[in-house]
Amino acid sequence: MKLIERFKKGKFVITCEVGPPKGIEVEKAIVELEPLRSKVDAFNVTDLQSSILRAGSLATCRLLKEKGFEPICQLTCRDRNRLGLQSDVLSAAALGIENLLCLTGDHPKLGDHPDAMPVFDLDSVQLLSVVNGLMDGKDMAGNDLEGRPPQFCLGAAVNPGADPLELQILKMEKKVEAGAEFFQTQAVYEVDKFASFCEKVKHLKVPIMAGIVFLKSPAMAKFMNANIAGIHVPDEIINELAAVPKEKRVEKSLEISARLIRELQGLCQGIHIMSLGWERHIPAVLEMAGL
Amino acid sequence: MLFTQSKPIDEVIESLGKEKDIFLLACNGCAEACETGGEKGLSAMKSELEKAGKKITGTCLVDFLCNKILVTMRLSREMDKIQSADSIVVLTCGIGVQAVSTVVNKVVHPADNTVSLGGLQGLWPSDERCQACGDCALDYTGGICPVTSCAKSLLNGPCGGAQDGKCEVDPEKDCGWQLIYERLEKVGRLENFKKIRMPRDHSKMLPSEQLRKTSFYDIEV
Repeated sequence: MKLIERFKKGKFVITCEVGPPKGIEVEKAIVELEPLRSKVDAFNVTDLQSSILRAGSLATCRLLKEKGFEPICQLTCRDRNRLGLQSDVLSAAALGIENLLCLTGDHPKLGDHPDAMPVFDLDSVQLLSVVNGLMDGKDMAGNDLEGRPPQFCLGAAVNPGADPLELQILKMEKKVEAGAEFFQTQAVYEVDKFASFCEKVKHLKVPIMAGIVFLKSPAMAKFMNANIAGIHVPDEIINELAAVPKEKRVEKSLEISARLIRELQGLCQGIHIMSLGWERHIPAVLEMAGL
Repeated sequence: MLFTQSKPIDEVIESLGKEKDIFLLACNGCAEACETGGEKGLSAMKSELEKAGKKITGTCLVDFLCNKILVTMRLSREMDKIQSADSIVVLTCGIGVQAVSTVVNKVVHPADNTVSLGGLQGLWPSDERCQACGDCALDYTGGICPVTSCAKSLLNGPCGGAQDGKCEVDPEKDCGWQLIYERLEKVGRLENFKKIRMPRDHSKMLPSEQLRKTSFYDIEV
């Protein structure tokens, strides 16, 4: 089912991220998602996240689909030129995938193959409009596709913590113009800032899903503050987590996430959970958040 | 020598939009040899723009537009005519256009596409400023090249990776798109950012057959 249909029904949509393994045992990763079956609407399958070699998004999406999960296929511009990207978009449709998240992608220098050639033949805005063209039955060169054209719900990413925010919003506007129907955001920890972002993009009338990343430790929060673009974990949250003994950290962390989700619910149309290995804790957090 | 080809005149006129008063600037170095600049290019451009209803506030020929010091000295004499114009049309390579945009606080429009550098970053060799993409976008980006200033050569704005204005690939390097944003804001052309730029035509990187047949090209190659 296209994600946009869920938004149209007025549902508060929940997605979570699945990183394929660095190997071929994709099925193992899928089994671990079983407890989330009735709790999560769709699963984003990452496309070599952080430029680290892993199994592919397309194959993992298909395997998810076969097990009855709804996949969102992430597609980045890092590794394929326009021929490769268009071909994979057609393949995704042929495999029954209905949701695509179009991203620029991290630079290869950040990953485990820093010597790789960065492609970026297209950027995320161009990719969105190319997929739209394919949905109209035309490839980038203007050639007709044979038979029925692919149909997707298209998503994109935005970083509400970016500075300057205006520049980020200008690009977001271009993504909407190019066909993005929903947005997932970078991790949010400052509800006030996120609220003011939502206010500034209200005119775009697209569903926004706030990013949730579980804080595993105060050190992780500090690391993200120093190294991840647009993420700022306020001191109060870091202190709150640091104040409890180590054995209570997980509990506290989940409590913080649940509280954030509760506060964000009135502001946006869904949440996107990037659990980084803590998939097993997602049901508890959703329950605490009243979802 | 840097090899340039003239942009189609319709593309130059389209990029001028509503700007009416134009200052014309041409390079008398490599662009003269490629017949995309020099005296000849300047007068041809002048008549084309006048035909399109533009008013030329002044013209200037500079030996090497990629030499910032030379450009600063030469243009200081023309400042009145430059300031009275809405923008500057520059007949030169990508490096020359960037040098001009650095020394004059005006909107710049490249009239040429750079197709080959001939192993030379002009007379401003401190950094790689032009990749000879053959489809110069400097008019939309306030004279800062997105192909060389952005690690991913993105054409429609920054990726999500910049932090505190620095690039995700090299924290010593400024995010090119942040620089472009600031420049567009400064010259009052933020609306340029809003236009979706189409994917690059990589076949434009190849020097045309016509250019490859010139004696200058032969001498250099």
